[in-house]
Amino acid sequence: MEEKLTLFKNRKRFGIEKNIDIIFKNTALVLSSFVAIILLGIILVVFFQSFESFSRYGLKFLVTSEWNPVKDEYGAFTAIYGTLVTSFLSLLITIPLGVGTAIFITEDFVPKVFREIIGSFVELLAAIPSVVLGLWAIFVMEPFFRTFFVFLHNFFGWIPLFSTEPTGRNSLLAILILVVMLLPIVTSIARDSLNQVPKKLRNAAYGIGASRWKTIFSVILPAALSGIMAGVLLALGRAMGETMAVTMIIGNSNAFSWSLLSPGYTISSMLANQFGEADGSQVSSLFYAAFVLMILSLVVNIFAQWLVKKFSLKY
Amino acid sequence: MNSLYYQKRLSRNIGDKFFTSLSVICALIAILPLIFLVTYILIKGGSQITPELLTLEPNPPGDDLDAGGINPALIGTLIITTIASIIAIPVGVGGGIYLAEYSKGGAFSRFIRFGVNVLAGVPSIIAGVFIYALIVSTKILFGSMYSGLAGGMALSILMLPTVIKTTDEGLKLVPNELRYASLGVGASMYTTILKVTLPSAFRSIATGVVLGIARAAGETAPLIFTALFSYYYITGFGDLFYEMGSLAVLIYNFALEPYDAQNKLAWAASFILVLSILSVNIFSRILAAFTEKTKRV
Repeated sequence: MEEKLTLFKNRKRFGIEKNIDIIFKNTALVLSSFVAIILLGIILVVFFQSFESFSRYGLKFLVTSEWNPVKDEYGAFTAIYGTLVTSFLSLLITIPLGVGTAIFITEDFVPKVFREIIGSFVELLAAIPSVVLGLWAIFVMEPFFRTFFVFLHNFFGWIPLFSTEPTGRNSLLAILILVVMLLPIVTSIARDSLNQVPKKLRNAAYGIGASRWKTIFSVILPAALSGIMAGVLLALGRAMGETMAVTMIIGNSNAFSWSLLSPGYTISSMLANQFGEADGSQVSSLFYAAFVLMILSLVVNIFAQWLVKKFSLKY
Repeated sequence: MNSLYYQKRLSRNIGDKFFTSLSVICALIAILPLIFLVTYILIKGGSQITPELLTLEPNPPGDDLDAGGINPALIGTLIITTIASIIAIPVGVGGGIYLAEYSKGGAFSRFIRFGVNVLAGVPSIIAGVFIYALIVSTKILFGSMYSGLAGGMALSILMLPTVIKTTDEGLKLVPNELRYASLGVGASMYTTILKVTLPSAFRSIATGVVLGIARAAGETAPLIFTALFSYYYITGFGDLFYEMGSLAVLIYNFALEPYDAQNKLAWAASFILVLSILSVNIFSRILAAFTEKTKRV
């Protein structure tokens, strides 16, 4: 008995091992705080770089659309308007399409194998780099839609949105390519939230005689609504920050126009276009625009996360 | 008696049929882009692939018909993604270990998890703007401005949230019994993590990380004003400090050239990029499905 106790006493952990343990823990702690450092770093750096432009133009920067490096006049209204319009309109098309696809995948219209194949097809679409989508948009989509745009202009030209003669790249094409990019996000999140709706709810609805689509519209969709909303917001954040495909197809013109058939600009495409060659106060103005974009996407993202957290424990 | 049978004409049944076909149409529209895109890239890009294309330098754009190859961009993509991985994987896995193994759900870990999600939502071009301000314009890297190194750093910012998330979630799936058993036989915390929990979560972490790398390989926006582009072969270690081409930026630059020869190079580069990204994705999908099946048995 005595012997065993001494043996037990001697089996203390060596000092060096203890130290390694502490060092390991603290390294992990430091590494995890890198995320916060980078995030704060991004916000601070972009803010301070934009300071010169911010103090010179103030909030006027947001509502004027003069962008003239020669005269040193900067206003990002066209780009901000373009960012908002392209992202909202693309979302407007994506939501019904994505939710419809998600319903198709979660209902049992066709055998599970087919649904899984379609589901993974849509998800694979998300893996395609946006620059490749841009290339495709330039050489395939633009010629394909050209006659349609001419038709749109000829018959609906009295609506300001279609009032200009379509000539090559324009905002509407950017909206369409954004739909392709947002579709996987909305679909996969909508599918997940539809799958999370308990079977009990569906059975109860069927039990009292509701038809399939009555059940979907009055029971399943409302129950999954918060999840779908969060997905839509994430997609909105993505749409606002999307750069390459939009830059390649939107036409990059700072001249303001209500028409979707004329070339436009978004904040991110302005950055992609001008950052490399800018100097002086133009750089600062570009940082200002980047700051606006960052705030927009941060607000949308944080709101989406709040929504997820608030409603995720419902079922 | 009649009301027991399915009646086609009933308005609710007509409505059901209508909405069902609407959702079928949605699903068809949703898969159309991928099918069109992939066939187009396979045909247009695949037909360009030759040994010369993979080994030559691209010629500067002009109206000459010979555009050269994409070798520097191909190697550049490999190098830049490797740099990004070297930075993002240790930091991300370490951070994920802290969140999953050490944190007790307090304010700090909640803040970090929140930060990871926010960072994942930061537009990729902002990462480029940030690195431009921090590294390119300050010439902090031994006086070099645009460089492959800076490009890799910008990409690592985009990879980091993915790596942390997959590590965190992968480790959380490891049953606690394993940890108790290891700690119970007297292993220290770090031995438990390195020898027990991390290996048992290895496959899910690796899948997530590989998907993150594939995603980063196609990113363009963070590179266009950090790594810029280069027409010349990468010959040595020192080239890290100079402008470096990548497939993604090559596609961007050459798609906007008015010359057919350059456009063709862009298609060829897309072919290689899309083929590798899609095969990584499909492979990891099959692997995941396979693991699930074996677990169920």
